[in-house]
Amino acid sequence: MSSRSVPWLKFTAPANFYALAQRLTPWLWAGAALLCLAALYIGFFVAPAEAHQGESYRILYIHVATAWMGMFLYLLMALYGGIYLVWRIKMADIMARSIAPTGALMTFLSLWTGALWGAPTWGTFWVWDARLTSTLVLLFLFLGYIALHGAADDREKGGRAASLLAVIGAINVPIIYFSVDWWYNLHQGSSVIRADGPSMAPSMLTAMLLMIAGIWLYSAAVVLRRAQVEALEREPRSEWAQAAAAGRMTRTQRELAAAESVREHTSQEEGQA
Amino acid sequence: MWDGIGDFLAMGGYAGYVWGSYGVTAAVLLLEGVLLGRRRRRAHALLQRRTRRAAAGSQSKGGNER
Repeated sequence: MSSRSVPWLKFTAPANFYALAQRLTPWLWAGAALLCLAALYIGFFVAPAEAHQGESYRILYIHVATAWMGMFLYLLMALYGGIYLVWRIKMADIMARSIAPTGALMTFLSLWTGALWGAPTWGTFWVWDARLTSTLVLLFLFLGYIALHGAADDREKGGRAASLLAVIGAINVPIIYFSVDWWYNLHQGSSVIRADGPSMAPSMLTAMLLMIAGIWLYSAAVVLRRAQVEALEREPRSEWAQAAAAGRMTRTQRELAAAESVREHTSQEEGQA
Repeated sequence: MWDGIGDFLAMGGYAGYVWGSYGVTAAVLLLEGVLLGRRRRRAHALLQRRTRRAAAGSQSKGGNER
């Protein structure tokens, strides 16, 4: 498994990942701020009130964006968890662990904004219908992953147990997504992704898509930042981490550290065989 | 489209719901950023202390040779 033959494998080395994230995050932060501000502007000052819901529908911009993000982050966390289980790549565990808190926050926000939208629209903050219940399960899966990861004395053991939970729990995401079609639901069906095209005013759709993109970039930035910190915390004795913390990791240090990561991983694999 | 700032803030009678949604979202995202920033600074400080200690160690060795 040479890092030259498959380009992305280069970033399984924490030092290489750190340098890449360092370059990406400022742009992600800036993009997130720009897109969210544009979404708020169009959502509040261009898009008109909705015919049936009046002004309360404006909650949906942030509700839909955070709900989609929660589901997407869960699938990504399960994917990294699966990679960690199969190939024991430490960076995959770092990524999955770094996604979990943001995924939990997004899912919490989707439930919170959903409740505040439901109260005036349905007359209740909460119902135990399929979509709301499965979304609550998603929040508990994120929290369970975090708890399980920290529960074992040995970080590898905790990481493996949590990754297994993440992979098994992934079955919940299609349940959330299709729940509005599969069961009778108080929650409405999809109005963005439909066979006959989106069923809303163009300005509303624009605001919603901008908000989704903004929340996407925000999540990418915050997850990469957290993964950087997590990588530093896990390798406190390494030269690259000490140099990176001081803001001056050289190319040589990075390449030496990457070569060391590959050696470490290979010897670990041989030890298991 | 809005009849002054009061009309905007009233949100057609849904002020509590709309601003409760956006307010909590902003607060939660801000908190996430602040907590992560603190954790990052702490990790950096710890690593830098280690670096200084390692540097001091090698310096005192040099001093003995003199």
